[in-house]
Amino acid sequence: MTDTDTAVRPAVELNGITKRFPGVIANSDVHLTVRPGEVHALCGENGAGKSTLMKILYGMQSPDEGTISVNGEQVHFKSPAEAIRAGIGMVHQHFMLADNLTVLENVVLGAEQMYGIGRKAKSRVRELAGATGLDVDPDTLVERLGVADRQRVEILKVLYRGAKIVILDEPTAVLVPQEVDELFDTLRTMRDDGYTFLFISHKLDEVRAIADTVTVIRRGTTVGTVDPGTVTSRQLAEMMVGSELPSPETRTSTVTDKEILRVDGLTLRTPDGRALLDSLDIVVRSGEVLGIAGVEGNGQTELVETIMGMRKASAGKVLLDGRDVTKAGTLSRREAGIGYIPEDRTRYGLLLTQPLWANRILGHQTRSPASHGFLLNVSGARSDTKRIVEQFDVRTPGIDVTAGSLSGGNQQKLVVGRELSGDPVLLIASHPTRGVDVGAQAAIWDHIRSARARGLAVLLVSADLDELIGLSDSIKVMLRGRFVADADPATVTPEDLGSAMTGAGEVDADGHGAADGDEPGADAEKAAVPATEGDKK
Amino acid sequence: MIAKLRSSLLAPVLAIVVSALLCALILLFSGANPIDALGAMISQVGEGQVAVDIVNSTAIYMIASIAAAIGFQMNLLNIGIEGQYRIGALVAAIVGSAIVLPAPLHWIVILIVAMIAGALWALLPAILKVTRGVHEVLSTIMMNAIAFGLAAFLIRRDQFGILIGNNVSTEPIPESGLVPGISLGDRGTVFGLVFLAVLAAALYGTTMNRTRFGFELRASGLSPTAASAGGVNAKRMIVIALLSSGAIAGLIGMPEILGRDHAYTLNFTAGYGFAALGIALLGRNHPVGIAFGSLLWAFLEKAKAALDNVGVPREIATIMQGLIVLSVVIAYEVVKRFDQAAEQRRVGRALGTITATEPAPEAAK
Amino acid sequence: MSMVEVQPGVPNTPGGAAMTMPPPVQRRTLPAWAWFMIGVVAVVGVLSMTSYLTGQPALTSSSTMQNTVTLGLPILLCGLGGIWSERSGMINIGLEGMMILGTWGAAFGGLHGGPWMSVLVGAVMGALGGLLHAVATVTFGVNHIVSGVAINLLGAGITKYLSTLIFEPLSSNPRDSPPVEQFDTYSVPGLSDWLGDLEAQQRVVISDVAGIVRGLVTRVSPVLLLSILLVVATYVVLWRTRFGLRLRSCGENPVASESLGVNVYLYKYIAVVASGALAGIGGAALVLGSSPSIYSEGQTANRGFIGLAAMIFGNWRPVGTLAGSTLFGYSDGLRLSSGPETVHALLYSAVIVAGLIVVWQLFRRRWTGAGLAAAGAILVYVLYFFTDELPTEFLPYTPHIITLVVLALAAQRLRPPAADGMPYRRGEGD
Repeated sequence: MTDTDTAVRPAVELNGITKRFPGVIANSDVHLTVRPGEVHALCGENGAGKSTLMKILYGMQSPDEGTISVNGEQVHFKSPAEAIRAGIGMVHQHFMLADNLTVLENVVLGAEQMYGIGRKAKSRVRELAGATGLDVDPDTLVERLGVADRQRVEILKVLYRGAKIVILDEPTAVLVPQEVDELFDTLRTMRDDGYTFLFISHKLDEVRAIADTVTVIRRGTTVGTVDPGTVTSRQLAEMMVGSELPSPETRTSTVTDKEILRVDGLTLRTPDGRALLDSLDIVVRSGEVLGIAGVEGNGQTELVETIMGMRKASAGKVLLDGRDVTKAGTLSRREAGIGYIPEDRTRYGLLLTQPLWANRILGHQTRSPASHGFLLNVSGARSDTKRIVEQFDVRTPGIDVTAGSLSGGNQQKLVVGRELSGDPVLLIASHPTRGVDVGAQAAIWDHIRSARARGLAVLLVSADLDELIGLSDSIKVMLRGRFVADADPATVTPEDLGSAMTGAGEVDADGHGAADGDEPGADAEKAAVPATEGDKK
Repeated sequence: MIAKLRSSLLAPVLAIVVSALLCALILLFSGANPIDALGAMISQVGEGQVAVDIVNSTAIYMIASIAAAIGFQMNLLNIGIEGQYRIGALVAAIVGSAIVLPAPLHWIVILIVAMIAGALWALLPAILKVTRGVHEVLSTIMMNAIAFGLAAFLIRRDQFGILIGNNVSTEPIPESGLVPGISLGDRGTVFGLVFLAVLAAALYGTTMNRTRFGFELRASGLSPTAASAGGVNAKRMIVIALLSSGAIAGLIGMPEILGRDHAYTLNFTAGYGFAALGIALLGRNHPVGIAFGSLLWAFLEKAKAALDNVGVPREIATIMQGLIVLSVVIAYEVVKRFDQAAEQRRVGRALGTITATEPAPEAAK
Repeated sequence: MSMVEVQPGVPNTPGGAAMTMPPPVQRRTLPAWAWFMIGVVAVVGVLSMTSYLTGQPALTSSSTMQNTVTLGLPILLCGLGGIWSERSGMINIGLEGMMILGTWGAAFGGLHGGPWMSVLVGAVMGALGGLLHAVATVTFGVNHIVSGVAINLLGAGITKYLSTLIFEPLSSNPRDSPPVEQFDTYSVPGLSDWLGDLEAQQRVVISDVAGIVRGLVTRVSPVLLLSILLVVATYVVLWRTRFGLRLRSCGENPVASESLGVNVYLYKYIAVVASGALAGIGGAALVLGSSPSIYSEGQTANRGFIGLAAMIFGNWRPVGTLAGSTLFGYSDGLRLSSGPETVHALLYSAVIVAGLIVVWQLFRRRWTGAGLAAAGAILVYVLYFFTDELPTEFLPYTPHIITLVVLALAAQRLRPPAADGMPYRRGEGD
């Protein structure tokens, strides 16, 4: 792609970077060379140490060992301010924006010495906004912007500071495919204008679409740099995990006729009447995994929380095993046999400062073996925690350590173990393998699969389309609070799902209707997403 | 286990030592001898009724700090204890003097009335918090002030007040409503309701650690989101916690009224509510910690009179109390951070994620 | 955690960042000062109407206004202190303690210099309290409210100790200081007398306005001018300078500020220390506004907290806080300059206000709102009709009751800084 020109000094050169935290080594002996004017992708699975490395480059953390050179000069950043001065900018995965400040204020913050905070700054922001595709008044409050515009503001911040080297941390995670394309167009244009990008991602197709060079990082260290044109996604993936990839495929169908969960016309409205969930119907049978696909923020979280009773439905019914639980609270739904793996385990799944055995009680505070009803059964909880630790391979020195000191994968295994305790009839799993390492991911898939074989009904929400396709017996696609398509995991591809998720019916070149987003209430006539395309590449 | 005990004792001990040193510095700075001051305070305990006073005060502080601790367990800062116990005491005194019942029943009813009145005074802040999102700190501070006004109004002689000597008070509670104490002659009388404090501490400890309710309360405090996913109704817990806190607060005035004053008087002791917050923080919401904290507080409070004899303003004891509260919360924060890092290291070591790649000494900077 | 949790019932996306639907656009049609002027006109209108209908001229008399100013200033200054602190993300419940330190400092300064020395030493003492709060909360990460409560205890303890040590030999009372020198006051020549004549004529509205304005231009203390200056300065510094932008960004999203090279700890320190200094000046205003002008124990009487309430009433903004402080100062001042019957007349004002709300809600076709307001109006009117005066015991607590009502009614429409009260550690954001 780009000519190899050894005379050009690298834009960024990391040599032997090592960073330790209490209990973990985030980076060890990392080497990375980025040429000027390229899009250099940094690939690695969750927890591989990509983000820490970028925080080090951006001066948010200082390395314990190793050297950093920018444009050939060795640097020691003590704060982001120094990195910015050296021409480095960063677009964070979790947007670093203050909602209650205007676009202008967000952009000029920290760079006020350049053009002040008044009229001159505003006209400069207007000038640069075009390059990022941002088309809003600089005085708009950021809280009014959608996700893609927020990202443009982030890029604008970087441009405004005159950065020539831009770190993009998982920039596509929150975007729908069309927005991803727009972003890539912007990046290509900017690359041609001489910007250098460090693009962090674990989405290999995207990496291959945009990157000129790919460096793979595994368990905190760099394992190799390759030309994306010469490797396949599969090869890249195997470099990332260091072994054969696990696959989430379900082998045989175990679906029975026994309806476990029935949701009829479930509707949830905001106080001002906007529908977050719009008359949804769901049936999950014993031994069935029903997958819910959708771009995040289209009501999946609300759906799960409404079925769990954490939000009060505005209309509709929830029946569990034939029993109407619409009016029941979260606890009695759990007692009736719902297990719940929340999407954010640290906020919704665990009491981080409490020992593992106390976390075993959460959600089971009325049920054996954690409780005798009114009194807790501490010894019962402890011995059952030991069982979970063994059975689910939770790596911990004991059950008296706090949940917060475990790694993400082990925390999640604990949560899964707890939620599969007490013989649930229904498991609601929201992004069950998000942010966990490959080993834990495979283990969690195995546990879900074997519970399904024992007759568990599973409602699976996931942003990982491979996981959805691999685990589910059937898939529904959610868009703006409605189901817009059904898909058969045996035949559907991630690309088909992706276009249905964005409501882009026209994406299907063969003329099959992929979505019925234009016809509200036409649930009965939903078209199945056909398997039409192979790999896009 | 020993390590756990050490780390939980480290912070309060550190805080008390630092506060004592700071107070010593203040005393030196203002030209007094801290050793003399401490000596005077300690020897004061042997004087007259001081020892018994300390025991009685300890009990009252314990009840008060349990009320505070119930709120703290779920991150509610019930500053309104001050008002709740005033209203609880006043209403209980009025009701107690108006009814006649056989002995144990009479004072039991009085205690229940005090609890109900205290809880009701916490009801409005609870409702405002769950329905209108008003922070309990502001609403309870306002309720405290209003409680003072209401109490002053109700004790007016055209309302429920009568003049006894030159002190306005409510009608005295008849004999059957009083709780007999343990007389130690010249040394004073230990309030019978001292045992109420012990009972309350035991009940509180059991409830928090061994019951579903206590677990749900603590879980809501630690992580409202995780608690809600675990089936705990956060709003209901807020109301229950504030009302329980108010109910216990209602009892604060009872040892003095049913054991000594026999009525709510104009000189009703104020300030237990604010002390309670400090003691609960010092005792880390643990019943045993609260008992020791209360003892320390009672000692400072009752022995400080001796300071006048050695020419030290007795308010140094108040400074000491304030310093203890501030340094104990700082110490807890520091120890917590240290413990967390230590535990992560321990987990890391146990799982071998560190040892394998630990760099050789010469490689480290 | 902030002092007001906005819209507790609204299901907001737990993920936060992944919201695809931005909240509905709420466009502010008029600038803040215009709303303020409309508010002033409305309030004056309601008061003169009440004054006319109930025959209580004290409602709008110049002496009431002077008391409003005197009693409102400490609240205003604490409220401004609250803005500084909370805009940087630090809840400051310790304002009360810092104010207490300020009262002591003012008396101490006054004994060693003039009234300006009072203000200065008051500010320094308050700032020291703020510094302590900053050390505990910013450096050590202690819960803001817990630290604030501790500082209130400590502030009270230290002043008691120091006042016993230093003031008792002079005043032979451990609870009071000797009187200190007050500021000379200035009246606008001519205008004041002319307004006095107008006020005395007891003409509807005109006399009311004259009374109010006269109260503001007669015997004006430099403290009033200083406070107005501080309101303007707070607005300009926090909203119109790069320093203020950085400070406010720390209260909205400190991790973002950090990622842009803002030294968050530094700004938080500055904000909390400034907050303490303002509360200290508030304490000085209290001392200099008392007669005789002395420090006395317990004299702050929760004004620090009421200042916070004024700040919340003002939606964390200076002009709004000014309005809130005026409300609280007025309800306190009315009691001093007149008596129980006048405060009782305020109930009548409440009826008028509720009536206006009914009309407004009907206009906007909000039937339940109108119904509730109407029920409230009737209830208060019944209370007004069947009583002649409020029990004097309650009068000192009028501001507290009003605070509760205001918090209950206003809390949900407000917008506190997004990271207000949140713990923040350098380098630990994601």
